[in-house]
Amino acid sequence: MTTRRSYEGVAVAVPVTVPYVRYSTRSAHWFLGQALQALVREAGVPKEQIDGLCVSSFTLAPDTAVGVTQHMGLSPRWLDHVPTGGASGVMCLRRAARAVQAGDAEVVACVGADTNHVDSFRQSLGSFSNFARDATYPYGSGGPNSIFAFITANYMRTFGARREDFGRIAVAQRSNALKNPNAMFKKPLTLEEYMRARPIADPIHLFDCVMPCAGAEAFLVMSEARARDLGLAYAVVRGAIERHNAYAEDPIMVRGGWRVDRDDLYAQAGVRPDDIDFVQTYDDYPVIVMMQFEDLGFCGKGEGPAFVQARDLTVAGDFPNNTSGGQLSAGQAGAAAGFLGMTDALRQLTGSAGPRAVADARLGLVAGFGMVTYDRCLCTGAVILGRPS
Amino acid sequence: MTMPLMRPKRKNPILRTRQMNLPPWGRGRVALGLTAAAAEGRFELQTCRECGAVQYPPRDACHKCLSVRLAWREQTGRGQLLSATTLHHSNDLFFRERLPWRLGFVHLDSGPTLMVHLHGEVGEAPTRVRVGARLDRAGRAVLIGMPEQGSAHMADDRMLREMTSDPKFRKVLVTDGKTPVGQELVRAMVKAGAEIVWVGHAEPWKNYGGLEDITALPQVTLVPLDLTNGRSVTELAGEIGGKVDIVVNNAEVHRTFGIAGRRGTDVAKLEMDINYFGLLRLAQEFGPALRGRSADGVTSATAWVNLLSIYALSNFPPHGTFSASKAAAYSLAQCLRAEMRPAGIRVVNVFPGPIDDEWNQHMPPPKLAPAGLASAIVKALREGVEDVYPGDVAQEWLERWRDNPKVLEREVASGG
Repeated sequence: MTTRRSYEGVAVAVPVTVPYVRYSTRSAHWFLGQALQALVREAGVPKEQIDGLCVSSFTLAPDTAVGVTQHMGLSPRWLDHVPTGGASGVMCLRRAARAVQAGDAEVVACVGADTNHVDSFRQSLGSFSNFARDATYPYGSGGPNSIFAFITANYMRTFGARREDFGRIAVAQRSNALKNPNAMFKKPLTLEEYMRARPIADPIHLFDCVMPCAGAEAFLVMSEARARDLGLAYAVVRGAIERHNAYAEDPIMVRGGWRVDRDDLYAQAGVRPDDIDFVQTYDDYPVIVMMQFEDLGFCGKGEGPAFVQARDLTVAGDFPNNTSGGQLSAGQAGAAAGFLGMTDALRQLTGSAGPRAVADARLGLVAGFGMVTYDRCLCTGAVILGRPS
Repeated sequence: MTMPLMRPKRKNPILRTRQMNLPPWGRGRVALGLTAAAAEGRFELQTCRECGAVQYPPRDACHKCLSVRLAWREQTGRGQLLSATTLHHSNDLFFRERLPWRLGFVHLDSGPTLMVHLHGEVGEAPTRVRVGARLDRAGRAVLIGMPEQGSAHMADDRMLREMTSDPKFRKVLVTDGKTPVGQELVRAMVKAGAEIVWVGHAEPWKNYGGLEDITALPQVTLVPLDLTNGRSVTELAGEIGGKVDIVVNNAEVHRTFGIAGRRGTDVAKLEMDINYFGLLRLAQEFGPALRGRSADGVTSATAWVNLLSIYALSNFPPHGTFSASKAAAYSLAQCLRAEMRPAGIRVVNVFPGPIDDEWNQHMPPPKLAPAGLASAIVKALREGVEDVYPGDVAQEWLERWRDNPKVLEREVASGG
């Protein structure tokens, strides 16, 4: 296998969040437009100079990214549509970075945006994928809750994890969210409250689940030279991986595709897991956060429970995880949830994280995880971002 | 252990009648292959003709070798339950009315992993299970994880009862009690635990043998019903239509003529009047009432059974006009099935070969005993099957018809 070329010279800048709302009567285009407007405003780049566009959304249909160009009056020379949900932030970044390196585009806008109408979550579940329509939705129509209940129950039985261990993840993220003005959840969460929550799909309880909402997250990708010219604070891409449908032979998911490529990731970045100052895991359910700690090499397989017991996962702790509060506490704005870790990592590395800044953060890891088409998530990805040297 | 279902209390008439919201019925064309097999009581999955890999969920190309030559093959269903959950929340109205609901994730011995509805007798994971395919209330196949060894009352499982049409504690109308088949049906329904069996009797002034035996059963009530007479059907529907949970339409006229054997159309008209128009009259009067009570608790209205004939598939010239009337009835029964589906009422079509009765005296054995036909119908109701081909002759005809209907036509024409 050839080794990946470096992402040298690529800058990632201008993290943008369009504030989340639980339900919206507006369309995905509205949130996309708000995100693009904020990118233009905060970057000081005229709209006409955005010559690359990468879009992720579940609620854009029947439009795709190209419809967005006409709607927003853009004329990019490079376009991509990456409808891979929780992995789309990492995947958009990788594609945009290569486009910039190759000279196919100079300034690429990456946007994850979705609306959430009162009944759109239910409607999207039954038509999420062919396999979901045929083989999971007719079984109780629990959506991903039932799949991740299976995965969580199996993980607990196999590795001795307890609900309290998952609770530590949720409680720490809530503590981070209280420092994030954009987070949907404003009340503290105690471990007792987590344990007492009502069951949703055993062993999944209420605070293991995200809240679907509407919103957008976005960032720009360009050359370091361009970012410096514009006077933008930016982060650099030290390494990035993605993998799809990994470990298909495992009858039930106990590990994710990060594990296949993680050595390449750290080798490309020239760092070890210990060197990472904060992580942004994809937190559709706490068990997946735990698996990322393991599969990205922060601890061994099955050591996740002991790891979360030993470490402080808050922004002030020794292993800050999901500094924005993550989707569990900030909300899950559809595909924007796949961008949430990226935008907050950029804030951490560009000095704009405010009260939730991780002290002396120089190196962050952002992981993505997306698309439960049947019995597991298929897309995994990760990127290591750093401050420019 | 499944707790045996107790006789439900009489319904309080001022309480709401639960309305049917069907479970999700969307399926792709390929996935309907699972339904086609489950409609006959089989659990089949696609198997690659080239590499043998078993596929699930249903798909268009083999996940191992990319061949598109995938054939539906019967499965043993044996496997390991890897994980289980109980849903306390659902996004779908059908399940919201029926929470909590148990689900399992099974690794079949033949390879694939399956999400299944889980029977209450299946223990905690990991454990062995037997997976079967059943039609749900939307008429779509779903997979069910059963215990390896079931207990005596396992059919009373709450989830299973939602899928099947078990006669236990239900009220049944058998449209014709004068034939041996009708009388065996009545006995079989009583034995299966039916609460009431109304038995239609078109000509109460004629004394047919055997009626006294069944009317002696405490569950059985004779009712006047003449399917050739619209007013008779309307009157009975007005009286009991709102109470019937299962309609078994076994009334038929069977004469043994082709075209040349008898002049005129009087016999053919009579066959059509009962076998085809009788079904139409019955369905127009009893169909709406059944549809309105299809979610009404554990003894809801649930099924409609049509006694057709294997000759509905391909004409049997010695019984040519009878075959034609049954083909017409079959076509109408497909229409009835489509119209009952939105309410979750199962239409069960029964295609027997020659029954051992007075109109098949010239037919050589094997012939289907009336009691055997009756128990096949009860079994289909209990197992949620909608197409039944009882007996060896029916099975053989079905196989030949599926293999090549044209060849069957020629064979039958030459007396085979």
